[in-house]
Amino acid sequence: MNSPVMLDRRSVLVGAGALIVSFSLTPGFAQHQDVPSPTPPASPPGSLKISPYLDSWIRIDADDSVTVFTGKAELGQGFKTAFQQIAAEELDVPFASLAVVTADTGRTANEGYTAGSHSMQDSGTAIQNAAAQARALLVGEAAKRFDLPAESLRTENGAVIAPDGRRLGYGELVVSDLLHVQAQPKSQLKDPATFKVMGQSIPRVDIPGKVTGGEAYVQDMRLPGMVHARVVRPPSYGAQLIDCDTSAVEKMPGVVKVVRDGNFLAVVAAKEFQSIKAMNALSAAAKWQENVRLPKQDDLASVVTSLPSQDSVIFQRSDPSAVAQKTLEATYTRPYQSHGSIGPSCAVAHLADGKMTVWTHTQGVYPDRQAIAQMLRMPQDAMRLIHTEGSGCYGHNGADDAAADAALIARAMPGTPVRVQWMREQEHAWEPYGPAMVTKLKASLEAGGKIADWNFEVWSNTHSMRPGGAGCLLAAQHMAQAFAVPPAKPLPLPEGGGDRNAIPLYTFPNAHIVHHFIPDMPLRISAMRSLGAYHNVFSIESFMDELAGLAGADPVEFRLKHLDDQRGRDVIAKAAEGFGWRAGERPPPGRGFGFAFARYKNLAAYCAVASEVEINRETGRARLVRAVAAVDSGQVVNPDGLTNQVEGAIVQSMSWTLYESVSFDDKRITSIDWQTYPILRFDAVPDRIDVHIINRPGQPFLGSGETGQGPAAASLANAIAHATGKRLRDLPLTRKRIKDAIDA
Amino acid sequence: MMTLKVNGQDHQIDADPDTPLLYVLRDDLKLNAAKFGCGLGQCGACTVIVDGKAVFSCVTPLVLLEGKQVTTLEGLGSVAAPAPIQRAFMEEQAAQCGYCIAGMMMRAQALLQRNSKPTDDEVRAELAPHLCRCGTHMRILRAVHRAARLMDTAELTPERKGSAQ
Ligand code: FES
Ligand code: FES
Repeated sequence: MNSPVMLDRRSVLVGAGALIVSFSLTPGFAQHQDVPSPTPPASPPGSLKISPYLDSWIRIDADDSVTVFTGKAELGQGFKTAFQQIAAEELDVPFASLAVVTADTGRTANEGYTAGSHSMQDSGTAIQNAAAQARALLVGEAAKRFDLPAESLRTENGAVIAPDGRRLGYGELVVSDLLHVQAQPKSQLKDPATFKVMGQSIPRVDIPGKVTGGEAYVQDMRLPGMVHARVVRPPSYGAQLIDCDTSAVEKMPGVVKVVRDGNFLAVVAAKEFQSIKAMNALSAAAKWQENVRLPKQDDLASVVTSLPSQDSVIFQRSDPSAVAQKTLEATYTRPYQSHGSIGPSCAVAHLADGKMTVWTHTQGVYPDRQAIAQMLRMPQDAMRLIHTEGSGCYGHNGADDAAADAALIARAMPGTPVRVQWMREQEHAWEPYGPAMVTKLKASLEAGGKIADWNFEVWSNTHSMRPGGAGCLLAAQHMAQAFAVPPAKPLPLPEGGGDRNAIPLYTFPNAHIVHHFIPDMPLRISAMRSLGAYHNVFSIESFMDELAGLAGADPVEFRLKHLDDQRGRDVIAKAAEGFGWRAGERPPPGRGFGFAFARYKNLAAYCAVASEVEINRETGRARLVRAVAAVDSGQVVNPDGLTNQVEGAIVQSMSWTLYESVSFDDKRITSIDWQTYPILRFDAVPDRIDVHIINRPGQPFLGSGETGQGPAAASLANAIAHATGKRLRDLPLTRKRIKDAIDA
Repeated sequence: MMTLKVNGQDHQIDADPDTPLLYVLRDDLKLNAAKFGCGLGQCGACTVIVDGKAVFSCVTPLVLLEGKQVTTLEGLGSVAAPAPIQRAFMEEQAAQCGYCIAGMMMRAQALLQRNSKPTDDEVRAELAPHLCRCGTHMRILRAVHRAARLMDTAELTPERKGSAQ
């Protein structure tokens, strides 16, 4: 039971940038508090832990308007709409009367990065609880004014209503600091059976603007007096600028300035195309000394496994009673892969009166501010970062770097807003890639056809070189007073990085799982959607099929035989049923069926995917014909939004899996556009994708933005193996590799 | 200075003749819909319609556009009065980040203007120059078919509508 919060604010002292609040406690509560409690008080749910004041999440104004604040950034996942639904539901206000403000160091909580499918879990949970507690406070306030017990009142359409029909609007009730109180550990949430807004496929709030040419992205910003800048990047990692005669460029039409700081080179012009022409001229004038030696691309597996590594056993179980009969071994590899945002990274920066404002599509306004402030040797509170949508990023792409570029250039042009957009070639060559990975698996079956032992080793870089410090930013690495790239750190389990999802959800009597963390990074890498889970799930779920084959078992039954987790079993059953999976069914000629499953990070959403592929045996071309997914992400807020995310995950993962690898020679990245880094085109789009949602009313939100990546990849690989009789273990599963396997 | 006709209006443009249309639209005319994606004619994000045909504005220099009619997404409709193609994309919720979408819609619009009932294969073939990284393809295809139906209904006169039922 959650009684109205009994706190009255007494005074607010504004200190050095911090808001210090003291409370007078009502007697009952105070007495209760006087007793020293043996256990620390429970903390409130989600991101309320890090930002406990209700009014840092929800503001209600006298005119009844309601604003919801989230420290997370909208990246095209549509969560802005979902958050609006959650708040409307728990506050009992009309959906359309709410506005949602996203990540802004000047206005919202510091929720770190928008990553790892955490938005719903952290921010969605915070908003839900903050809204419920705000509603309770409003009811409490109305009870005082009506002089009626709170239990006799109800809320509807932004008002508290008394049994006799009298109503008080939230705007009237919300005296200045009613919501400036800390959240309680528990809230009285609505019964999911009564939901009116949550659980509905409410159309996304951003789509009308985006399909009519509205200003929707940072790329679309036009500030008064704004100029356009382009950066000239070195030809390869670590190249030194030895000479650059800028005089001719400075005389080009529209050119306002050439900015050179060590190896950082940029040009600013009045109009955008003038800046591009000037960039080309500047690039031709720049002389670089290239120093780097990149590893051999066609021998990545041995390169990766021979780099020095820090090894740790991350899971160990033994039961000598399980006796191994037949053993299988396999090695799976993944190349470096690109985020490949369709819109190259962009930012706008403006230095005015000693304050720097940067509009950026970074996933983390606070950490990025810290890094850029360090780079510019400026105090953080003289800098504001405002998240402004960009093209979808799928992890750490060039967003933070473009923000740093813009800030560095804007510092050289006080008073003038500067917009920087990267060129296609720069995005492809300089974004931090998803790291190359190698997995080695070995497992045995016991006489009954169950897995007796399971050995899994994964070699990987870290999966996050996000800023962090300035050293993570290209501009800071390139400037004269350069910042060194900070040492890589593995991301800790249970979420993990290279070892994300390395521990299977299945139960095996003997298991031994090793993470070989590789600190050296021959190519620039960082977080890409699902991190190591993509390759680990691809490996585990491919190998499960290989073992099912060895056991003569149906792949779906074989999985269920090793899985205790009921929600996992449910999504497997749902996907199999939706697909029409039948054990032993022979596919039509040239086709194959595949299945795969994982629970993302072993703690977020569950996802199973069944696929049908078609193989052209002459060319080796594989096409996903149809995919059926089942997903359980706890309480569903917006079913169509969730479906959209999972559909997208399947299609994107299919593109990674069939086509994609970053290419390079001994010095330079050579996959620098869509010709040299081909991705999915419409001719290979499936006939259909069905997503079945298993809703879990009242259960916690489970992040779902990345849950599809691994299962989709393995499901596709398994279907290709089913169609061809050949197992492909090296990503991507290209036409050539499939053709070679068929011909072998 | 040259005259450029965009969305039915004449504009005096002061830009170098080699300036690609994309930058004129975005920079001089302050239009948002056409997007810079690659500048190389490889992705379709910048697509607009010129005299009924879908073109990559990023590789179409201004000098080639004298006397031609340029249409951008802004010229089709608005949030308050969306064109059928815009309604269709809203109704199908056919966007994730949406960065690729304006270009897709313009090519689909050009297709539907010359072929009001394209087959699914025709739509896929037509959209082949366009990339979407979010994986919104299934919805984009559905939205184009929906747009075809909406345009069809919009064009039917009441009598023809009656006889068609
Ligand atoms: S931006 Fe014109 S085709 Fe890519
Ligand atoms: S919707 Fe994001 S690129 Fe297509």
